[in-house]
Amino acid sequence: MSGVRVLVGTKKGAFILTSDGKREKWDVSGPHFAGWEMYHLKGSPADPNRIYASQSSGWFGQIIQRSDDGGKTWHQPGTPPGETTGAGGTPKGESNKFKYDASPETGKPLTTHQWYDGTQHPWEFKRVWHLEPCLTEPETVYAGVEDAALFKSTDGGKNWSELSGLRGHGTGPKWQPGAGGMCLHTIILDPSDPGRMYIAISAAGAFRTDDGGKTWKPINKGLKSQYIPDPSAEVGHCVHHVAMNKSRPDVLFMQKHWDVMRSDDAGENWREVSGNLPTDFGFVIDVHAHEPETIYVVPIKSDSEHYVPDGKLRVYRSRTGGQEWEALTNGLPQSNCYVNILRDSMAVDSLDKCGIYFGTTGGQVYASADAGDSWNPIVRDLPAVLSVEVQTLD
Amino acid sequence: MIRVILPPHLRTLAHVGSEVAVEVPSPVTIQSVLDALEDSYPMLRGTIRDHDTLNRRAFLRFFACEEDWSHEPTDKPLPESVASGKEPFVVIGAIAGG
Repeated sequence: MSGVRVLVGTKKGAFILTSDGKREKWDVSGPHFAGWEMYHLKGSPADPNRIYASQSSGWFGQIIQRSDDGGKTWHQPGTPPGETTGAGGTPKGESNKFKYDASPETGKPLTTHQWYDGTQHPWEFKRVWHLEPCLTEPETVYAGVEDAALFKSTDGGKNWSELSGLRGHGTGPKWQPGAGGMCLHTIILDPSDPGRMYIAISAAGAFRTDDGGKTWKPINKGLKSQYIPDPSAEVGHCVHHVAMNKSRPDVLFMQKHWDVMRSDDAGENWREVSGNLPTDFGFVIDVHAHEPETIYVVPIKSDSEHYVPDGKLRVYRSRTGGQEWEALTNGLPQSNCYVNILRDSMAVDSLDKCGIYFGTTGGQVYASADAGDSWNPIVRDLPAVLSVEVQTLD
Repeated sequence: MIRVILPPHLRTLAHVGSEVAVEVPSPVTIQSVLDALEDSYPMLRGTIRDHDTLNRRAFLRFFACEEDWSHEPTDKPLPESVASGKEPFVVIGAIAGG
């Protein structure tokens, strides 16, 4: 019996929503890690029982949590469930440790980046925004962090090492924080090429590696951002999210600060596909699991008014890979709605028909079991939603 | 044994109640108390003080005998009543909204 498991990160804990393949009735568990900010949870494609979670707090810093049983129980990697002390195979709490690699052997000097006022500011680790498990190996997982850098663990999240070629490739001093901080928020692994990976940073832009993370290149040609001194600069663009359909890994879709963009050549060139959207500011973007030209966005009013326009929550769908968009409103509030949908808060399942899910800053998680034609709230009153991921279960 | 009172989120993380007791070699200082605490509860590493610098995290405060020890040298001996276990060493989260 197929089913889905929706992993929801919120400002005050994590929730797990499960249903069978009909996606009509839902079980809700949580809050897990009650009171903590859960920026992201994501399951391993190679082992659906393996889920990684980023737990953080302005007071207590960054914690990595892991479940090996589909979210029923959790532990910090290196600290097995039920063990609280370090006797015998001592857990060292290393899973909490994200240290920029500034060593002369493998690292890059820890330089500065641009601060809000244009001055240079030292790199400081703050939190993990995004966890991306390897497509084939459950013990391998990548972490995108603030201040922007990419880390990798090959032992199930116990130890983390920076892929320092990204932070150190040369344009770092031109990177700057967006309103949410200088975060590496998007990690996309190419299923057809184990060496190729895409990442995106606010506000630096998108980058690609073709050698497993040793070297990186900015892939921002075609992006235009009027809010930076050189609107067509190589880096400095506030990319909000990037999405790919795994059947066509060279085609990428991007929701930038303003503008919805598309690349057909692995990010070498981008063109705008905002078309008839009511506003092309937004955060989320995703691609239908089975129709690689069908994409989804949720337009937000503006960069100073982070809520949906006209008090109406509308998902926009394009079946033509952009330019021509239709509003999807069936089951969504069409008056007095002023929520935002944050960048990692939309996901698709791979059932037939494709399910679409998104969470709002008002605490609702909406699901569509018919590719967006109709919507229902799974839950209405969670804390503000920071991220939504979905696992399709056999 | 030294008594340590933790803020609620760290009690949950360490699977303990409001107060824990740890064996601390003399001299009993902030540093030696936190070393012993982290040895017994390694999941707390990085949550009270930075992994590398061992600096107190910005939004946490340390109290002993109703006095603020947050800015005292971490190798300064704590009061005898803390060292004897009569009074607890207290870790408090600063009130800053949220």
